[in-house]
Amino acid sequence: MAKMTGWKKPDSMSIVFILLGALILLFIFAPPLKTVFSSSPGTLWNTLLQEDVYSSILLTLFAALIATLIGLFLGVPLAYLLARRQFQGKKFVEAIIDVPIVIPHSAAGVALLFVFGSNFLLGKVLHSIGIGFFGAFSGVVIAMMFVSVPFLIDSAKEGFKAVDVRLEKVARTLGASAWKSFFRISLPLAWRSIFSGSVLMWARGLSEFGAIVIIAYSASFFGWNTKVLPVLVADRFDFGLDYTRPVAALAILISLIAFIVLRSIAYRGEEA
Amino acid sequence: MIAIKNLKVNLGDFLLQSINLDIKQGEYFIILGPTGAGKTVLLEAIAGLYPVLEGEVWIGGNEITDLSPEKRGIGIVYQDQALFPHLSVEENIAFGLKMRKRTKDEIKSRTDAIAEVVGILHLLKRSPATLSGGEKQKVALARALVTEPKVLLLDEPLSALDPETRERMQGELREMHRKIMVTIIHVTHDFEEAITLGHRVAVLNDGCIAQIGTPEEFLRQPSSEFVARFALSRNIFSGRVMEIEDGCAVIDVGGTRIRATTETKGEVRLSIRPEDILVSREPLQSTARNCFQGVISSIADRGSVMYVTVTLPPDFICIITRQAFDELRLRKGVEVWITFKASAIHVF
Repeated sequence: MAKMTGWKKPDSMSIVFILLGALILLFIFAPPLKTVFSSSPGTLWNTLLQEDVYSSILLTLFAALIATLIGLFLGVPLAYLLARRQFQGKKFVEAIIDVPIVIPHSAAGVALLFVFGSNFLLGKVLHSIGIGFFGAFSGVVIAMMFVSVPFLIDSAKEGFKAVDVRLEKVARTLGASAWKSFFRISLPLAWRSIFSGSVLMWARGLSEFGAIVIIAYSASFFGWNTKVLPVLVADRFDFGLDYTRPVAALAILISLIAFIVLRSIAYRGEEA
Repeated sequence: MIAIKNLKVNLGDFLLQSINLDIKQGEYFIILGPTGAGKTVLLEAIAGLYPVLEGEVWIGGNEITDLSPEKRGIGIVYQDQALFPHLSVEENIAFGLKMRKRTKDEIKSRTDAIAEVVGILHLLKRSPATLSGGEKQKVALARALVTEPKVLLLDEPLSALDPETRERMQGELREMHRKIMVTIIHVTHDFEEAITLGHRVAVLNDGCIAQIGTPEEFLRQPSSEFVARFALSRNIFSGRVMEIEDGCAVIDVGGTRIRATTETKGEVRLSIRPEDILVSREPLQSTARNCFQGVISSIADRGSVMYVTVTLPPDFICIITRQAFDELRLRKGVEVWITFKASAIHVF
């Protein structure tokens, strides 16, 4: 894209588009900003020190992290296959990956219970070795994973696609096995996309409400019986806006800070 | 040394088939073919990077058709060089040695040695993104050569370079091959490149090998219409630079003294495009330095243009329009003059 140089008199279309763009930006940015600034720093700090709040923050951050790590382990290989191989039904597989994005998340929670609930299928097997999901930390993790892993897979796939396949071929002729060529060439070169996909997945996991409220309205976590932040915010809303506002502000702040920090790591050294 | 027997490869739209090649140790072998003839895929099939439907690949008496690419000892250099962008020049070259788990000292000394051979010692710390096309090509060569491959595959290695760099790299490739004597299979669509560099040339057309031979055999007797078209697209001669006169080299070609702007000495090949030659009934008064009398020995009708062969010797193929052909009342056996500029001669 050409860079804008100097001042050009804007035409009527540019003016209209800029105004409309400013409107939607305001719509996106004003509510969270207003929420954050409507509580005094002191209130926020006191809220943060409440046990149900900080345990909730820890649960949310940690569960989203675990979900993302599992997503990386299981999703990156699939992303690589989709980027490199042509096979029958590839379009179908790609559509399946995006299913979690289009189904209502509370329905997704119910669907997950059907598979992972202790009375059903896989859940029975896992339950027998002591892994339960209903009202448990692992339930939070799978709910987050389900709704957020498409972001990681899609981003990683695009990252691998952008790596010239000839680089891998050259690596092979130079004595690298398929494994080594993947870990030495493809993965480092696609890393930025994979990382930013992970950030998206993690951030999406943090904000999940619908699926979690079905599977694990509250979960035991390091001795606490606590709820993820989005659920906590909704919970407190039952007691009034004033009661929930600082928690909402904290939820927004934490997500934003984490998002900004991680994105700046992902794009470090790259020109804007 | 390397033998390809009855190779068959699926390219999606068409097949490469009945590919038979027998390439000697240390040979510089060229595969010549038009763009889209499957040259790259053929190289990748040889390297084990592309699936083979039928046939066998042998190296030094061992069949390697089913061997994975990292175990074949075949290096490859692509047209776009395919340098690893996240590694420095040095790390690029060292990659193959690292994969072979060589010691740090050995990696260092061999990397330096090969960098010296191809003349990129001063570039080792640089990132590939900062290199020129010719420099990248040398890095790619060094990276492939450092592992001492039994066979080096070159995929249009000069096509992405500007004409000047290409000519220089041609010379450097020949020089490098003379020093290292690695067996090379080089694919190209450039006829001059093929006959300049190749000990032998195979022509690939319509998915088959159309002809295999030395450059001389090609020029003397192209065996198929396709090869002939390649050969006919240029007048190509062998000659000897006799002297430099008024800044022009005088080259003896079969008794005819052709003037060309070149600084090359000794035995040379030279070419001139058929459309760069003027044909006339009388000698032309002009600034062109080459004007010779000859006899029309054959005429080929190609619709709107005529291919006229004028024998001096040697034979010059000239392209003229049908209208000019009619106005000059040309026919076989007629004596004519041919005129061309010294700068129209390409010496290589």
